[in-house]
Amino acid sequence: MVFSVNRIGPGLPSFPVSRLPIPGPFPVYDPAFMTPPPLEVRDLKKSFGGIVALDGVSLEMPPGEILGLLGPNGAGKTTLVRSVVGRVVPDSGSLRVFGQPPEHPDAVASRGWVPQEISLYPLLTPRENLWTFGRYQGLSGAELDSAIDRSLEWSGLADRAKDRTSSLSGGMRRRLNMAAGTIHSPKLLLLDEPTVGVDPQSRERIYTMIAELKARAVSLVYTTHYMEEAERLCDRIAIIDHGRIIAAGTRDALVRSTLGVNQTVRIDADAPIAPALREKLERVGAKVDGLRVLLLADDPPKQIRDLLEAFHGENAGVADLTLKHATLEEVFLNLTGRELRE
Amino acid sequence: MILAIAKSRLWNLRHDRAAFVLAFIVPIVFFSIFASIFGRSSGRATTAAVRLAVVDEDQSANSRRFLAALRAESALKVSDAPRAESGASVRYTAASAEAAVRAGELPVALVVPKGFGQSAIGFGPAADRAKLVILSDPSDPIAPQVLAGLLQKVAMTAMPDVMARGGIDALDRWGGNLTPEQRQRLEENVRGLSERPAPSPSGGAGGGAGLVEVTRRDVLGQKKGNPMIAFYAAGIGVMFLLFSAAGAGGALIEEAETGTLDRILSTRVSMSRLLAGKLVYLAGIAATQLTVMFLWGALVFGLSMKGHWTGFFIMTVSTALAASTFGLLLAALSRSRMQLVALSNLTVLAMSAVGGSMFPRFLMPEIMQKIGLITLNAWAIDGFQKVFWREEPLTRLWPQVLVLCAISVVFFALARRVARRWEAI
Repeated sequence: MVFSVNRIGPGLPSFPVSRLPIPGPFPVYDPAFMTPPPLEVRDLKKSFGGIVALDGVSLEMPPGEILGLLGPNGAGKTTLVRSVVGRVVPDSGSLRVFGQPPEHPDAVASRGWVPQEISLYPLLTPRENLWTFGRYQGLSGAELDSAIDRSLEWSGLADRAKDRTSSLSGGMRRRLNMAAGTIHSPKLLLLDEPTVGVDPQSRERIYTMIAELKARAVSLVYTTHYMEEAERLCDRIAIIDHGRIIAAGTRDALVRSTLGVNQTVRIDADAPIAPALREKLERVGAKVDGLRVLLLADDPPKQIRDLLEAFHGENAGVADLTLKHATLEEVFLNLTGRELRE
Repeated sequence: MILAIAKSRLWNLRHDRAAFVLAFIVPIVFFSIFASIFGRSSGRATTAAVRLAVVDEDQSANSRRFLAALRAESALKVSDAPRAESGASVRYTAASAEAAVRAGELPVALVVPKGFGQSAIGFGPAADRAKLVILSDPSDPIAPQVLAGLLQKVAMTAMPDVMARGGIDALDRWGGNLTPEQRQRLEENVRGLSERPAPSPSGGAGGGAGLVEVTRRDVLGQKKGNPMIAFYAAGIGVMFLLFSAAGAGGALIEEAETGTLDRILSTRVSMSRLLAGKLVYLAGIAATQLTVMFLWGALVFGLSMKGHWTGFFIMTVSTALAASTFGLLLAALSRSRMQLVALSNLTVLAMSAVGGSMFPRFLMPEIMQKIGLITLNAWAIDGFQKVFWREEPLTRLWPQVLVLCAISVVFFALARRVARRWEAI
């Protein structure tokens, strides 16, 4: 079975690619007329020992897009990212960064990477760290100086430029980690869980930095297991599990294609649900889990009325009732049968 | 509860291989090294045999007997000819023996002068007696002392007839047939002997009167202060160079553990460039350390840098390179900081003990002196000694420089190969 991501504009429906009727849905680029995409991955496979990390991943992203890679720990997100930055050599498949293999100097120059770990020198100052990684990316002289000043300003660390990095807060170090990965102004940036362990205030700051990158038309691959983040930041989301991309598209498209509806009704009963009531609820399509009743809603007014009539008919009480948009969490649950954070 | 704590620590030790090695293997290794240097299998402490060049300018029956007896001494290892030219035709001369001592090939040489056979043994002072000459390297204070003592012993035990004849001659000269006048004259001479100043215990130039007259001459270092300063500056310097290079090389492990190495290798920096950059840094630091060490020796202990700068520079650069590549190799081989600490303690201390950083190699048994040559310490110390102590021309430094540079190349190549495990997988 071939998985890949279909390139679909915002607002248009998207489908888990395993359900697509035609295999190999890759847009055909003619190098003579078109700029190569920032990232193009085809049928990428990688195993470590007997453990399969990537099992035929295919994806492609247009310039300026923020592509979210959403999946639980161990799903293959980091292996995919490390393949793109040349730190993992795939067993098979192909991978191109702006049309070049990852080790090509042009690919190296045009991509940036912000690893999940704080990969900095703790005893150096932020300015010294940025100088170091700027030099490693080939910058020098006035170009390097202005890149450092710009990065310090962008990350909000200009006033801490001469402090030791180890004395910075966790959030500041995260921002410096991002600045070190973007010092050379890459056109494609891979962000690996940049908000892990960050307080809400710093997280907002990081979101602002990402928005500024998007405004500069930087293409972003953003790995996370926070679905709220993926929903908020990403133009498109690829759900990865067991080394495969199992669905991809915009948030709304994923919800519609996976769940068929965009909203869910939830009722919390005020007492244990009797068998007779359970039977009535299940008859209208609801799922009963303890005191909780869940129903995917394609016609919310009618379905809410049906549910409440069932409660009323059995003289059962309702403690709470909510109608909300379906989340990626529910999409993931539906696709894999597991919670995203398992 | 107390036993539970102990048991838990025991488990910890079992899983921590580095700590295990430090606790049990390192002490055994060092015990073995020092036992080999200072002891023998019999368990009795012994000194290494003194290597000695002999020059027989007398070629008399007595001088041959005397030297034959000297050869039989187990505490001496006597050579008549340079090792490379051991054919009987090319024997040591006074000049070539002195050159050999000056070059550090031997710690001491003995010249038996013409006329020794005629007046080999005498009692009391006699200006006309031929004096044996000991040519010594003062950096080894033990060898000439051992030789001086054995010369007297050999004279007494190996040439009793000559000794008796000497006694009769002395009696004849001083006492005659012991008339009252003779007795008085003998008494005066004996008193004269007792009134002579005692010879210097160091046996320095001039030597002490004994059965055989001996004079000692240091063939180098006459104008220098403590001959061991250059040795210790080099010996201790190299040992700490190795320690600090291994420690600084550990930055590589820290970078690997924090993910910084991954980030670096995703940029334009390749593993070869990264190692080369680290080598430049480590060698720079090492060279500075050695320079500080020698300048301190010059300021505080009177080590003379004058006229030695070029040799110092050559030896410092080659030693710093070798020590730095050693640090890189250890870091590349280690899986963690703890492993690096264990590995560097083990190897640096062992190399320093065997290579002469802690105890001069020339005082070790010959087999240990040879084993020491597998360490870079030995080559570095020998090179610095050539520059500061023997004041040999720069061209004579080539074996040390060549070996240290070869070590640098091999260690760097090995480190690069081992570091492949950090490259893309």
